[in-house]
Amino acid sequence: MNKVYNNRAWWLILPMLLLVAFSAVIPLMTVVNYSVQDVFDANTRFFTGTEWFKEMLNDPALQAAVLRQFAFSLTILAIEVPLGIGIALIMPKKGWRASAALILVTMPLLIPWNVVGSIWQIFTRGDIGLMGWSLRELGYSYNITSNPVDAWATIILMDVWHWTSLIALLCYSGLRSIPDAYYQAARIDRASKWAVFRYIQLPKLTNVLVIGVLLRFMHSFMIYAEPFVLTGGGPGSSTTFLSQSLTTMAIGQQDLGPSAAFSLIYFLIILLVTWVFYTAIMNMQKDNNKGA
Amino acid sequence: MSTSSLPKTPEEVRQRAAVADNRRRQKARSAPRQWRRRGLMFAYIVFVLLPVYWLLNMSFQSNNEILGGLTLWPENFTVEHYAKILTNSSWYMGYINSITYVLMNMMISIVVALPAAYAFSRYQFIGDKHLFFWLLTNLMAPPAVFLLPYFQLYYTVGLFDTHVAVALAHCLFNIPLAVWILEGFMSGVPKEIDETAFIDGYSFPRFFVKIFIPMISSGIGVTLFFLFMFSWVELLLASTLTSTGAQPIASVMTQTKGASGIDWGTLAAAGTLTILPGIVVVYFVRNHIAKGFALGRT
Repeated sequence: MNKVYNNRAWWLILPMLLLVAFSAVIPLMTVVNYSVQDVFDANTRFFTGTEWFKEMLNDPALQAAVLRQFAFSLTILAIEVPLGIGIALIMPKKGWRASAALILVTMPLLIPWNVVGSIWQIFTRGDIGLMGWSLRELGYSYNITSNPVDAWATIILMDVWHWTSLIALLCYSGLRSIPDAYYQAARIDRASKWAVFRYIQLPKLTNVLVIGVLLRFMHSFMIYAEPFVLTGGGPGSSTTFLSQSLTTMAIGQQDLGPSAAFSLIYFLIILLVTWVFYTAIMNMQKDNNKGA
Repeated sequence: MSTSSLPKTPEEVRQRAAVADNRRRQKARSAPRQWRRRGLMFAYIVFVLLPVYWLLNMSFQSNNEILGGLTLWPENFTVEHYAKILTNSSWYMGYINSITYVLMNMMISIVVALPAAYAFSRYQFIGDKHLFFWLLTNLMAPPAVFLLPYFQLYYTVGLFDTHVAVALAHCLFNIPLAVWILEGFMSGVPKEIDETAFIDGYSFPRFFVKIFIPMISSGIGVTLFFLFMFSWVELLLASTLTSTGAQPIASVMTQTKGASGIDWGTLAAAGTLTILPGIVVVYFVRNHIAKGFALGRT
């Protein structure tokens, strides 16, 4: 759509801008302010410059948390994206089955995040949880509070349970928008199932998949409540992700300067990834417009 | 075949073609393959439902039964935990508080996002692309980063421990989301409609309310669903910005951790009750949800 150039459009944006700025710019400035100071109490503070940033970048605990975070995000994307596409392909398309499947598949997305943690905490406990108990009965000494591998596997399983639905629903909506004529043409050509997927369905899905991967990536980067409730970051710090390290530092230990510097680094990483995705989406839309 | 059964009108021809097409399609999708499909779908649904079933199971058992041994269904069926939650004001106020700030946030977000999304979908102006990217970055902003500044900001302006504080804080990610989704839906409405309305003498506000908003009503419904979803599930900011007056259900749930261990039954019952509003909401938008999840961009 060719848009009209008109700067009066700013008036339409203004209320939104003021509100978002109130919730985004002022707090961000506070963070920037803290990150360059050493705050003792309300009246005593020293300017420290980039010292906190240097300290944070060299902190081995935080470097470990960053690596852990990337490992986690990439693992869940590698599982959830193919699984979500698969679910979308087998979801029923008509009748009461379609409605029921939609509601059930959407359900995990609407559960508050700390409740998701509680559900899995109850589900995986060795004494009262179905999964923990079954695994023990089968002879595997499953214990998420002492075995890091179990803790990791459980958190990944929980995230797959929680968020695969999002990818599945996105792809489902992408698939529904393919006109029947495409499939008819494919049938006339006697295209194989794989060819239909590769040349008709997948190209239609790229648009929604980019949105899905973007949403999943950033949400997995902010993951806090679920592992906090389920494992508390343990055993040791094996499931302490970025958000949790940050919250512990800012609220628990009241280290304002370092945690502010850390916040900014954290935010910059997310910003960089977002920018890459955003550019990708914009380029794709440009291609689409050219094609149309 | 007798001539009387031949179709006479174009509709009849089309109907017959559709019936024949369906028959062919059903034949083509051989029975075993269809059953494998259903089996896989069923397996996934079981995977989704099993942890929730376990929560439900726990919520109907007394704590003695929970800790006494593993039972696959409640043997001594009890609603004591639900009764406790629904009669104790410190418990049920948690739900009321949560729903209050979620509704406030939905109202605020949609009202300011509608004109903004219209501007993004119809006009070019100085800095539009950068502004849109900046909005998206707020969608990505981790709540943990803003935790402390928010606390201080809302404390300073005297909004701490009010529903408004949480509703405003959730605007951080909900307004950008609303603008993003609505912009997708609005771009699907041809611009000729705006132009025709203006030629017919509609003023902008009248056109917007009378013509444009009804045209994207399903988009607005879907947007409201997403606003509900993200405001309802976010609890880190909500519990930081409140203490007793506007405490969300998440903070109330921490009460179940007592000196004598965790009150599993009540925790499970409270958890079950947080799932219900979501199911109610999703039931209403089930027919639009597929389109909505692609943010109007399929």
